[in-house]
Amino acid sequence: MDLANFLIQLLNSVQYGLLLFLLAAGLTLIFGIMGVVNLAHGSFYMLGAYLAYALTGAWGNLFLAVIAGAVLSLLLGWLLEKILFKHFYHRDHLDQVLLTFGLIYIFEELRSMLWGDDVHNVAVPESLNWSITLTDTLSYPAYRLFMLGICLLLALGLWVLISRTKIGMKIRAGAFNSDMAQALGVNIVRLHALVFALGVALASLAGMLTAPLSSVYPYMGSQVLIMCFVVVVIGGIGSVRGALTAALLVGLVDTFGKVLLPQFASMLVYVLMALVLLYKPEGLFKQ
Amino acid sequence: MSTPQAHLETLPRSVQVFLFVGLIALLAFPFAQQDFYTQTVTRMMILAIFAMSLDLLQGITGLVSLGHAAYFGLAGYVVAYLSPQDAGANWLIALPLAMLASALAALVIGFFVVRTHGIYFIMVTMAFSQMMYFLFFDNKALGGSDGVYINVRPGGLGLDLENKWMLYYFTLACMLITYAFLRRLLWSPFGRTLNGIRLNEHRTRALGYASFSYKLTAFTLAGALAGLAGFLWAAQTGYVNPDLMGFHMSAHAIMMVILGGMGNVAGALIGAFGFEIFLDVFKDLPKIGNFDTAKHWQLWMGSLIVLVVIVAPQGLMGLLRNKKADHE
Repeated sequence: MDLANFLIQLLNSVQYGLLLFLLAAGLTLIFGIMGVVNLAHGSFYMLGAYLAYALTGAWGNLFLAVIAGAVLSLLLGWLLEKILFKHFYHRDHLDQVLLTFGLIYIFEELRSMLWGDDVHNVAVPESLNWSITLTDTLSYPAYRLFMLGICLLLALGLWVLISRTKIGMKIRAGAFNSDMAQALGVNIVRLHALVFALGVALASLAGMLTAPLSSVYPYMGSQVLIMCFVVVVIGGIGSVRGALTAALLVGLVDTFGKVLLPQFASMLVYVLMALVLLYKPEGLFKQ
Repeated sequence: MSTPQAHLETLPRSVQVFLFVGLIALLAFPFAQQDFYTQTVTRMMILAIFAMSLDLLQGITGLVSLGHAAYFGLAGYVVAYLSPQDAGANWLIALPLAMLASALAALVIGFFVVRTHGIYFIMVTMAFSQMMYFLFFDNKALGGSDGVYINVRPGGLGLDLENKWMLYYFTLACMLITYAFLRRLLWSPFGRTLNGIRLNEHRTRALGYASFSYKLTAFTLAGALAGLAGFLWAAQTGYVNPDLMGFHMSAHAIMMVILGGMGNVAGALIGAFGFEIFLDVFKDLPKIGNFDTAKHWQLWMGSLIVLVVIVAPQGLMGLLRNKKADHE
């Protein structure tokens, strides 16, 4: 592997890692604060991708579609929390697994009713449809760089939100000890709805940003969901910092594994998880 | 909530009668029905064995495994590898080896996973089964994403599983043995200890039971029984692929156990039949005008699952208990 190739793979792995982080951040917060195992999180990713497809098709502009899609997803997350999820915070994990698995079925079927079962493509926006030439044979698409930038911005934004704002302080307090936070006057009900909506919106954003790269297809959520669980568990449940570290780690292992050990690449990530749990049974950054 | 009564470990008379009638119906079924339905019921019985094996972990020991399909699928693969191109494998060799392979895999994986608790247990079991899934999915030598065909079904000594009737009654016998074995185990000192671990692991340890070995034994045993189901599945379909080990198969098993009610084995049995019957009914719904209701079976299935969690979190048999409690 020469240097140019190595750099390309490195960029790819960081980009994949950051994408996983967008998904895992919401998942880990929902885990950590509300104690909910949400298997339907992958469905929000899928929904995001299909929203990007539908809205770009209607308006011809991906950027507008992403902004509108994010708002819609926030709304959907808020509604779902109010109607369904908030009744499951104190239920057994098993019930949560079941409920959210049922939701996967429902979301997939709604997707099939609305958009059919075909694979769709979302066009890369005109303004980003070019590549940076690295060597005679190698180049890197601008859209991937753009996506990397956006993911970085979002990750940074999330970091500022959580560690530098008052809401973030409440979120951290909620993740640390939700009863105590409530006793000290944090409106935990509103906080829960906010965190859930945020998680859904982030997952959906990840789906929307990926849509032009990977095309849009049924059941695209389940593969990514399992990866996210791995990230959350490696990072430690409830830790956003852990999710970021783990996501980048998983991105590296997966991308370079596919290049160097193609036959065992998909397994490597799970081996990594098993190793981490052997030494740190509660993940790298358990609070 | 977690007393023997809540888990209906002592089966109410009505359930006993129901099971007995069910057994008679299953015994007589092939005489009354066509081949197609006999095969459908064979599939249900296989899944019932699979669900009961999971109940040993989920309902009795309190370990929610989201990766139980790994052992189910692995046994299927063992059958496929043991089958020669133009003859069936000898079941006296293939069945024990398939179950042994599943038990061994469960023993090794269990050694790592039973140390973890709660959400971590759910996630780690899932991760290991995904690992197995991808091992078989990515390696052409193991069959790859296409899977492996079994040209001739297992046979040998008094048994020919190519014969649909024989397969049906063999599966029925396996199901009955599994049920009797697990019911017996539930009331044995070993089963009582597993129950104790579910209710309060710390106290059980304080009483002097090494919970780790108990949990590992339960995990291995459940793996072996899942292997039995996997053997039968491979024998029935004549085909194995990585999806047998997949995430959806594991979740499928969890749902069957929940639908019936956990912790008493009978619930898992009833749940498996119930779940499959619901699936078949939903996939067979009539058209209403232009709207093809059967095509959207996932929507009905999903709604049913959500409804069960909300209305009957203790499964069909839990509904029965609530009614009984109201009378008292």
